[in-house]
Amino acid sequence: MTLTQERHVLVVFPHPDDEAFGVSGTISMYIKQGTPVTYACLTLGEMGRNLGNPPFATRESLPHIRKDELIASAQAMGLTDLRMMGLRDKTVEFEDDEKMVQMMTKLIEETNPSLIITFYPNYAVHPDHEATARAVVRAVRRMDENLRPKLYAVAFANNTKDDLGEPDVVHDIQEVRDQKMGAMRAHISQTAWMLAEMDKRLAEGEPEAENWFTYERFYNYRWHEDFEETF
Amino acid sequence: MEVVNVEKLQGLLNSFANKDIYLHLETTNGAYASHFDETVFNAGAFIRNIVIQYELGKVAGESPHRVGLKLPHGWVYAQGITHFELDEHGRLLMAGHDQTGKLAVALHISEMPFTY
Repeated sequence: MTLTQERHVLVVFPHPDDEAFGVSGTISMYIKQGTPVTYACLTLGEMGRNLGNPPFATRESLPHIRKDELIASAQAMGLTDLRMMGLRDKTVEFEDDEKMVQMMTKLIEETNPSLIITFYPNYAVHPDHEATARAVVRAVRRMDENLRPKLYAVAFANNTKDDLGEPDVVHDIQEVRDQKMGAMRAHISQTAWMLAEMDKRLAEGEPEAENWFTYERFYNYRWHEDFEETF
Repeated sequence: MEVVNVEKLQGLLNSFANKDIYLHLETTNGAYASHFDETVFNAGAFIRNIVIQYELGKVAGESPHRVGLKLPHGWVYAQGITHFELDEHGRLLMAGHDQTGKLAVALHISEMPFTY
């Protein structure tokens, strides 16, 4: 599969590892096709709860570990423009909303993307995901309609399929299996238990596990059903 | 971190008494708790880099332990503490890890501010 040609792809997520399971294949595909990709990661996942038992990290040492993992994930995908935005995990929704929009506007102005990938507002579960999604949508909404980049959004709330139906963007990512595996393994401090489960399922030939290395799915943001009227 | 040794932890708590210290205290059941199980009421609290002084610090009970700090005009306590360490910056880090290793509670004490 060849993905639709883009001028520049901007990926915005709040936590290191948000890209791993759902988007790292797509990022790797674009990079392989020669499309420049920027990944802006808002926090260093300071509040992650996986510290091991016996613990391999403390609350204070975790950000250093996760920063290294994020860099390793970027390397696995071949991504060179990784931006760490310096916010703190679990506090994104408490930042000034206008400041958040400005942060996104600045990223858009600097990278001039034809496609932005982030979460889908109201279907992204974690408060940081929701705050990130709102800020991105608001920044794009302010742009002239003819100049707006496309917006692909990741949605995984329990009511997603009831409300939004099936994802309308499906990428076959089989050719970048190794890169995706590399990105998922890079975040080992947070993904160890999931990876152990995945390896078991892959060995048993379960189609659901294989699915992670076959397709990635997104929703085009529905401007006609915008999550708010104005900001 | 190591499993709480009451005598060692008590000695460390004593060493920070009656000094201005920076406090980090959090409890959490994770941002996804009610996503994975809709019957879970998701609650937690977080406070970081607040300066306090305590006159008495005490570790109580069998593991998971309680740790309480008596202030001139109030109290700080945490329950579910399983692990502790004095880190390379001289900060006393106490944490409670559940059966799967996930952090459920953290209580940190330092004479220098914690990072952001």
